[in-house]
Amino acid sequence: MPELPWGPFLWRLERRAAPSAAMRIAAPLIAAAAMLATSFLIFAFLGKDPLNALDVFFIEPLNSLYGWGELLLKATPLALCGLGLALGFSANVWNIGAEGQLTLGAICGGGVALYWGDILGPLALPVTLLAGVAGGAAWAAIPAYLRTRFNTSEILVSLMLVYIAQLLLTYLLHGVWRDPEGFNFPQSRAFDERILLPLLYDGQRANLAFPMMLGLAALSWVFSSRLFAGYRMRVGGQAPAAAAYAGFSERRNVWLALMIGGGAAGLAGVCEVVGPIGRLQLDISPGYGFAAIIVAFVGRLHAIGIVLAALLMSLLYLGGESVQLGLQLPAAVTGLFQGMLLFYLLAADLFVGFRLRRVLRVSEARA
Amino acid sequence: MRQGAAGEDMSDHPPVPRLTLRGITKRYPTILANDGVDLAVSAGEIHALMGENGAGKSTLMKIVYGVTRPDSGSIEWEGNKVTIHSPAQARRLGIGMVFQHFALFETLNVAENIALALDERITPAALAPRIGAVAERYGLPIDPGRLVHSMSVGERQRVEIVRCLLQSPKLLIMDEPTSVLTPQAVRQLFDTLRRLAAEGMSILYISHKLEEIRSLCHNATVLRAGRVSGTARPREQDNASLARLMVGSDLDDRPPQPRKAGEVRLELKDYSMAARDPFGTALRQINLNVRSGEIVGVAGVSGNGQKELLAALSGESIAAHEGSINLCGRRVDALGAAQRRALGLGFVPEERLGRGAVPGMSLAENSLLTGAHAGMVRYGVVQRGAARASARATIAAFKVKCGSEQSAAERLSGGNLQKFIVGREIRLAPRVLLAAQPTWGVDVGAAQLIHRALVDLRDSGAAVLVISEELDELFTICDRIAVLTAGRLSAAHPRSQLTVEAVGLLMTGTAKGMTGATPECANA
Repeated sequence: MPELPWGPFLWRLERRAAPSAAMRIAAPLIAAAAMLATSFLIFAFLGKDPLNALDVFFIEPLNSLYGWGELLLKATPLALCGLGLALGFSANVWNIGAEGQLTLGAICGGGVALYWGDILGPLALPVTLLAGVAGGAAWAAIPAYLRTRFNTSEILVSLMLVYIAQLLLTYLLHGVWRDPEGFNFPQSRAFDERILLPLLYDGQRANLAFPMMLGLAALSWVFSSRLFAGYRMRVGGQAPAAAAYAGFSERRNVWLALMIGGGAAGLAGVCEVVGPIGRLQLDISPGYGFAAIIVAFVGRLHAIGIVLAALLMSLLYLGGESVQLGLQLPAAVTGLFQGMLLFYLLAADLFVGFRLRRVLRVSEARA
Repeated sequence: MRQGAAGEDMSDHPPVPRLTLRGITKRYPTILANDGVDLAVSAGEIHALMGENGAGKSTLMKIVYGVTRPDSGSIEWEGNKVTIHSPAQARRLGIGMVFQHFALFETLNVAENIALALDERITPAALAPRIGAVAERYGLPIDPGRLVHSMSVGERQRVEIVRCLLQSPKLLIMDEPTSVLTPQAVRQLFDTLRRLAAEGMSILYISHKLEEIRSLCHNATVLRAGRVSGTARPREQDNASLARLMVGSDLDDRPPQPRKAGEVRLELKDYSMAARDPFGTALRQINLNVRSGEIVGVAGVSGNGQKELLAALSGESIAAHEGSINLCGRRVDALGAAQRRALGLGFVPEERLGRGAVPGMSLAENSLLTGAHAGMVRYGVVQRGAARASARATIAAFKVKCGSEQSAAERLSGGNLQKFIVGREIRLAPRVLLAAQPTWGVDVGAAQLIHRALVDLRDSGAAVLVISEELDELFTICDRIAVLTAGRLSAAHPRSQLTVEAVGLLMTGTAKGMTGATPECANA
């Protein structure tokens, strides 16, 4: 066991008798606290008054109803992607490409909204949303097929497909789907208002997607804790040999994980374009699909945790924008905070299984 | 340095023992591994350290070999108090250890492996003649130039022993050395150990096999739950009295009554399968049938096709093959594990954690692993109450020591988890049960419970196939025994027509490179 000389004492990392349940819940909180403490130092280092900066970062964005709406608005795609990814991660299926599936969801849903929005009438919105889900799932089907058929790594395939998805969107917006009256901007026509998701409340931008996300979070909890299919996926993730022993099909787990993950990300994408954006454009997501990986882990791969983590991550986005405007700090601040959060979480996770003990006796030479 | 041969009779001890342990105590976060242990070994003495799994034998030996430090207590070496910081220091004192699991590099040859492990810097070429000399002197034939991956387990053990002997130790620690050896190899090993002791070497022999200890050791110290529960002169004891010291209660070892076998439940016909990796074993033309109401045993040293045969039978991975497997009258060689289970197959795999059970899941959740058809899943919804009840019943019926059915599988000791897995499979009332190494690493009491359960299952009309390295086990419970060697399976003979000796010869007869074994088979 590693021993760290630290001051006059010796510190020893010791395996706990049982993983600490309290620590498992405390770790994200410790990580958030450590992130705050570090950001305090960083702001001071950048020559900003740290208390003021923290106020601008974390408090100011929530000073208004509009601010709260933004919080829910940005948390929605983060949680949708995070919920889908978490099901895969707990089944040992490493879908890193939610950003691409989100983009495809936006393209497919946006396509339906552009071309059939008028014909479908009252069905337009549901069909648009379903098209988004199907688009995300279809994009995730590529890594699923390649893994189950050729044993390729879904990590690499799903990641690379992100860039293909974004180029596909660029191609469409510079070409056939470009708004003829849009002064050559790479964006589509605005969607008909009847296709847009209804707002929760006037005066802010959060929409029906947020309660839909909460419903899906509840469903995902039921799926992984009550359904046999969820159990099979957890067994496949925790002990692949036990899954083979029990006769659970790995193929089925891979397909299910990627279809659910891709579908959820696709829904997140279409909800963005038929929500706050209202048309297809190049920037649909500020990296929601990647940030959702952090959300899934900070949320302990658990539905409730993921919703809370998505709210926290959403606040980091808002705070990042707020300090850009208020304190002229660079946009990279958001990524910095996200990275710190994950970094500290992984560090704090060590103490779920281990504890630090002070050894008073100075140890003799060890070989 | 080798003087004062004490030989067979240990009636007069030399005044100063070679190694004395006084009040050794070692506490781990979860367990008190050693609690005030005293032990003394004299020159030329073969001293047994007995105890069930988890009794603290390995911890004590790690302390002697300098791998772990005791929390309290003292070690005296030839009368002087010493603190052993490291294995290197232990070796300098003259302590050598042969571990249960050998740490040899498969792609290097014998001399290269030993050169790597020695404390002195020496080239393999310069070492080879010394290896030859030691090997010859103690009757341990090994070729210094041979690659380790081509060697049997018994030969690998010889490499380890020779490595220790090259450092001329005064005390040799052997940790469960016979668990992987054939009866013939065991006898050879014992000859070597007796010769070493006669030259004055002290040997600490760790084991839980009573017969061996009685035939080999002069004195025995018995550990139970970290404490010394007694010392004995094994030759003056019988198995029952030794077992009582180890387990703390009497064992029930009535032999199972033979029973009339019924219809064929499991049948392999000319089953052949190519090896899947370079170190795997191909199965060749395997013919085997197991009938209702009988236990058939497959003997053989691991690595002779056991893994491959089990994979073929369980359906966990379906590879290209010739021949057929029939289960309860249906051809199943193309069916997956789940479908075979549905036809009535139960399976106790060799690895408990990670295969037979999911380490981080509770025992209740682990009941669900194979219990989906036993009312624990309805319309795709997990019936958590049913899974918990099933786990509770298994825990009660098989005396599994655990907190509750909500305890994680990884928190159970190996023996208790094995009882749980065997119990879980048996309670599903399989028509055919496969059991791989059902009592490997399990203590005597648990082993007996598992054996009794397998026999009861047989008596209820199930067909049972046991694959095991432990011949004693197969002779205790099996009605017929076949031997698997290099991917070929002998015919299964009734136990009454077989001797341990004959099976041992079948095991070694065609085994690769086993020296000293006669190749002709005593086919009973």
